[in-house]
Amino acid sequence: MNVIVCVKQIPDPASPGELDPSSNTLKRDGKLILDESDGYGVEMALQLVDTAGGGEVSIISMAPNGEVSGMRTALAMGAVKGVLVSDPELAGSDALTTAKVLAAAVKKIGDADLVLAGTESSDGYTGTVPEQMAEVLGLPSVTFAKTVTIDGETLKVERQTEAGYDEVTCPLPAVVSVTAGVVEPRYPSFKGIMAAKSKPVDTVTAADLGITPVGWAGARQEIVDVAQAPEREAGEIIEDDGETFTKIVQYLDGLKVI
Amino acid sequence: MGIDNIWVFAQETDGAPSSGTIELLTKARALGSTVTAFVAGDASAIAGGLGEYGASKAYATGDLAGALPGAAVASAMKAVIDGGDSPDVILFPQNYEGRDVVSRLSVKLDRTVLTNNVDIAADGDSVKVTTPIFGGNTLVSTTFTGEGPYLATFRPKSFVPEASGGGAPEVVAAPVPDLGSTGGATVTAVHVEETSGPKLDEADIVVAGGRGLGEAEKFDMIESLAKALKGAPGASRAIVDAGWVPYSYQVGQTGKVVKPKVYIAAGISGATQHMVGMKGSKNIIAINKDKEAPIFGVADLGIVGDVHKVLPKLIEALQNR
Repeated sequence: MNVIVCVKQIPDPASPGELDPSSNTLKRDGKLILDESDGYGVEMALQLVDTAGGGEVSIISMAPNGEVSGMRTALAMGAVKGVLVSDPELAGSDALTTAKVLAAAVKKIGDADLVLAGTESSDGYTGTVPEQMAEVLGLPSVTFAKTVTIDGETLKVERQTEAGYDEVTCPLPAVVSVTAGVVEPRYPSFKGIMAAKSKPVDTVTAADLGITPVGWAGARQEIVDVAQAPEREAGEIIEDDGETFTKIVQYLDGLKVI
Repeated sequence: MGIDNIWVFAQETDGAPSSGTIELLTKARALGSTVTAFVAGDASAIAGGLGEYGASKAYATGDLAGALPGAAVASAMKAVIDGGDSPDVILFPQNYEGRDVVSRLSVKLDRTVLTNNVDIAADGDSVKVTTPIFGGNTLVSTTFTGEGPYLATFRPKSFVPEASGGGAPEVVAAPVPDLGSTGGATVTAVHVEETSGPKLDEADIVVAGGRGLGEAEKFDMIESLAKALKGAPGASRAIVDAGWVPYSYQVGQTGKVVKPKVYIAAGISGATQHMVGMKGSKNIIAINKDKEAPIFGVADLGIVGDVHKVLPKLIEALQNR
């Protein structure tokens, strides 16, 4: 059972996001970390391979400046190798180009029974890449998986829906996007962190993968305006003195909702 | 030229077009003169409703027999487009099915897709969409370049539905072609999580709890307060991820978008992901220990205090009225 996990390395969500004034796209040139929502995919992949009793977990990522610090986190958790697509030509790529690039990286590693991804990244949250990748690869897909089990050549998934969840079966190989919270990502051990430093990460360009045109040249969208939304005015803020619940009751009364 | 032929990805809820469908049909009428609904499934139950909101034609795939709609509906759309009826724009709701179908279609047509939008307007021969970022503080406008069909998804409640009074549209079969290696994902069982009281995204009052509750059992306070106010309980992503409450409770970017008359946020700090889902509420009350919490920036009434102390008194006071 070989699983490839797509991981995104994103600006630390704890620091406020910023737009690059020259391109109006999200600044991603600082230090990047593993998107928290990708930790779930890595953990799930490790558990599936463990249950299958053989095979390996590989990771793929696309990031500027040869950035691998987020990938090292996934390698420290237990993935064995990675492919990083890093190429200045990729700046400004739309989600479709990203999907084509990642699909090519999946093929480069080859021999995957399952490709896992998060449902959407925590910085750009476009949310289309996993399903687009599946189409590029000509594979079936199941999105928004909360549990994944393998039964021979068949995947069994509990898929989130508006009303609850569906049980879905799907032949392998397939692409699956997993929701946050499905499994508890392990903390890398000290041994794992040390081992990760010497695990192979193959850094390639879009051209190496045969993908052109990319970046601004490939995107068919143009940001024409960036504006501040009208601010919502903050109202009355009061410290609780044990009686503030009466303020809430009065407020609701004033709105005639009670 | 210009923008004229608009498609809307149409879905059914309880025998009627879904709220997202009629919102998008309403907007589509303002955008172009020909509005077509593309139905995932059988259109017979909802055709009248689609016409009432402006669809003059409806394509319907027919029963999908359990197939997940992504590959199936996108293939059916591609077949119609290849057959000669090519729209200028296709509007999709930002939900599970909408996202899956638009993603597959973008590859089949080799077109970019813009997601998370809240508005759209014609811009010459193209269209311009508006997307809020950074928790809704900044609005980005983007135009499509190159050839259509232009593909875009829209957040729930971006548009206010208005009936046009149109009659039932002509329904045209758009069968799903053989999916080859992309087919095979099949729903074998459906589980509906029963909820009582008003629906989260339709309630006049929403009471939502977050990590500040401390432990899963304390969500009872949220349920009790919601019940006392005849509202719906909701939750932040943090406690849904932690498994305290089902995903159907989640308010935010990846959950439900709510715009109730009153939104009460208890023990919720106000992460960007959450704010996106509730900032449109008419009145916001926040209770949080941390006076620096971002939620106070949007609150009409903010109580800096411990939810474990404030909520029981509030619930009791309301129950005694």
